[in-house]
Amino acid sequence: MLYFARWKIALILLVVLAGVLATLPNFFSKSTLESWPDFLPKRQIVLGLDLQGGAYLLYEVDSEDYKQQQFRQLVGNVRQALRENPRIGYTGLGIQGDSVQVRIRDAAKIDEARARLNEQLNPLNTGVFGGQTVNEFQLDDQGDGLFRFTFTDDGLQQRLAKVVEQSIEVIRRRVDELGTTEPSIQRQGTDRILVEAPGESDPQRLKDIIGQTAQLTFHLVDDSMSPSQALQSRPPAGTMIVYGVEDQLPYLLDETPLLTGEELQDASVAFDQQTNEPVVNFRFNTAGARKFADVTRQNVNRPFAIVLDNEVISAPVIREPITGGSGQISGSFTVEGADNLAVLLRAGALPAKLNVIEERSVGPGLGADSIESGKIASYVGAAAVVIFMILTYGVFGVMSNVALFANVTLIFGVLTTLQATLTLPGIAGIVLTVGMAVDANVLIYERIREEMRAGRSAVSAIDAGYQRAMGTILDANITTLVAALILFFIGSGPVKGFAVTLMVGIFTTVFSAVTFSRFLVSTWYRRKRPSTLPI
Amino acid sequence: MKLLRLVPDKTNLRFMSWRRVSYPFTAFVAIASIALFLTVGLNYGIDFKGGSLIEIKTTDGPANIGEIRGKLGDLNLGDIQVQEFGSPEEVLIRIEHQGDADADQQEVLTNVRQALGENVEFRRTEIVGPRVSGELAQAGIMAVGGALVLILFYIWIRFEWHFAVGAILTTLNDIIVTIGLFSLLQLDFTLSSIAAVLTILGYSLNDTVVVYDRVRENLRRYKKLPLDELLDRSINETLARTVNTSLTTLLALFALYIFGGEVIQSFVLAMIFGVVIGTYSSVFLACPFLIMLKLRPSAFRKEEDDNKAIQA
Repeated sequence: MLYFARWKIALILLVVLAGVLATLPNFFSKSTLESWPDFLPKRQIVLGLDLQGGAYLLYEVDSEDYKQQQFRQLVGNVRQALRENPRIGYTGLGIQGDSVQVRIRDAAKIDEARARLNEQLNPLNTGVFGGQTVNEFQLDDQGDGLFRFTFTDDGLQQRLAKVVEQSIEVIRRRVDELGTTEPSIQRQGTDRILVEAPGESDPQRLKDIIGQTAQLTFHLVDDSMSPSQALQSRPPAGTMIVYGVEDQLPYLLDETPLLTGEELQDASVAFDQQTNEPVVNFRFNTAGARKFADVTRQNVNRPFAIVLDNEVISAPVIREPITGGSGQISGSFTVEGADNLAVLLRAGALPAKLNVIEERSVGPGLGADSIESGKIASYVGAAAVVIFMILTYGVFGVMSNVALFANVTLIFGVLTTLQATLTLPGIAGIVLTVGMAVDANVLIYERIREEMRAGRSAVSAIDAGYQRAMGTILDANITTLVAALILFFIGSGPVKGFAVTLMVGIFTTVFSAVTFSRFLVSTWYRRKRPSTLPI
Repeated sequence: MKLLRLVPDKTNLRFMSWRRVSYPFTAFVAIASIALFLTVGLNYGIDFKGGSLIEIKTTDGPANIGEIRGKLGDLNLGDIQVQEFGSPEEVLIRIEHQGDADADQQEVLTNVRQALGENVEFRRTEIVGPRVSGELAQAGIMAVGGALVLILFYIWIRFEWHFAVGAILTTLNDIIVTIGLFSLLQLDFTLSSIAAVLTILGYSLNDTVVVYDRVRENLRRYKKLPLDELLDRSINETLARTVNTSLTTLLALFALYIFGGEVIQSFVLAMIFGVVIGTYSSVFLACPFLIMLKLRPSAFRKEEDDNKAIQA
């Protein structure tokens, strides 16, 4: 039947109107939108990084580096535990590949040693219902006094999860300090972090800020032996060799840091009054300040080193006790370098090294070009389809074009309302939808032509055309929908954007090409009442 | 106004009798595609192979490709491809992935920036580590496989199993030939290409389903008609629709190909090809497959008799 109930007509028109209203803000600038009354929608479509320019950075926690870090700490703890009174003799304590080994010399003390080593397994609280605790390490007795620590799978997983959590916090603080962009920072999988920064065309600064571990430590310089001597023989126990960031010269430093970045309260950029070079001023918190005062008092005229991520950035000599709790790092910085360091020190250190494993960035120029060419392609494509439809189906072609226009408006309306991201493949998806949306109308019109040839009257031909084509249209669109769904769930980035527009397009197509166009055709028919159809 | 009819009303082409030609031809193309895939292989983009892709635009006149190649060659980065991309100022640089560590990839970018110096706008950079590329490849294969299985299932529910198998065979053929085209033309095979393949899959199925729908309808209507005549009739009845829809889709795609910019050109090219092959296969393959799979009108008649028996 060509009759439409009033409420149906109202509903159809309402949907189209809503689509137009939701799409409208995209044609105005943000400032114009401000002045609109509140009941009108003001949201604009979200452009993907490929269209507005921006950076996509996928980080992964360097689990090897993290393991080594934890192992070094474990070695220290084991040493301390075995040296406690009564001392237990041991040899060969150190990191061996994926494990920490130690050999107990005195066979009689093995049980005592095992007890002490077992205390180092580091139980982690799972937190959920407090029930199960998982040990970070497991201890294997290899016989003959040899003990080996390795990570437990669960323990490592949990540790990495925690690292990711903390890293996200630190990254967020750092990026907030920058204040220029508002990137989204998300966990991905177990040990990955995705940072998306729209509008950031040159991600280098962002990468500098995010990628650096920024572990700051203060060490006393060991002057019992020159660094070159230490390199030739072996550095004395409890010391290490660290190279300078600028000159690559070796420094011999105490292994245990005097103070760490955790005890910092603030850091800021300033300029040295004599050299006019940028420097970083820092201030310790109360506990740190007290420690710093003690250390500097005891070590006047000795050099100490400021180490950032295993590189010495400066090694000044302590001229007088520093009791105020503040100091200065000068290391021939550029202004940006000093600025970055200050940001990093304020935001804190990453718990482990992060590696970029995927990076995509698009400059604003290319994004603008892509939008421009996407627009032109859409106009040309739509015009070609519109002309073809009118040439082939006449008045009916005009009606299907009106439905097509409603369709595209609805796609943009839905994308805007859902705040889905429009990408370049997404535009391709829309253009493809335009091509395929007319398919539904083609199916219906061809069916009407057939029914007319079979000798039906105009009304019953239209009716039969819509009814019989319906099943086919549904089958065809559901199969495409299945493909789009799979794309959406498995795809990433550009593929996902394509899938979203394709899916939205399928729904709006079924509405506009079936319901809306039938409404148009029936309205037209009731006005004209033709005995034969011009199709 | 006289309306355009690309397919005249009384068209009655004998598609079924052409299968003596179309079968061997299709088989040849499919086998050639597989052979091409196995010998020449796909030109995997960085999404699946790892490595870096950098698009630059020179700000001081047309780019000198040779000079850029020379400057980058000095960096010892292994296999480097430099090509013009869209306009004389725009250049696309591909660099194979470096070493095993992710940090090595990052250094590449810094070095390239230094080597190319000023007067260069970095329009796009993509760096994909080897592990991520492996995962992306796996996800891509899963996407295509999963989609095929789900669609098979859907058609099975909606039609007889013959149709489901016929549709999957048709679609598989389309995918194989598309992969063959990618191998032949050495188009960049990236994540977007997977999207293109899946779209082709959807489009080809769409076409096939429309024809099958008509076959099913005619099976009920003309119970005495021999199967090959019935299939011919179904294809001819839907031919106008098949041609018109393919044309409108192609019109839209050609607009994208010509005006849509370099970035999506290979994506669109694949889809144009897919629409053509999808249309071909739904006319020349989908229905002959039904004969091969021994679909008989009797199968439907029996079903209806059973229904009557149950009602009685």
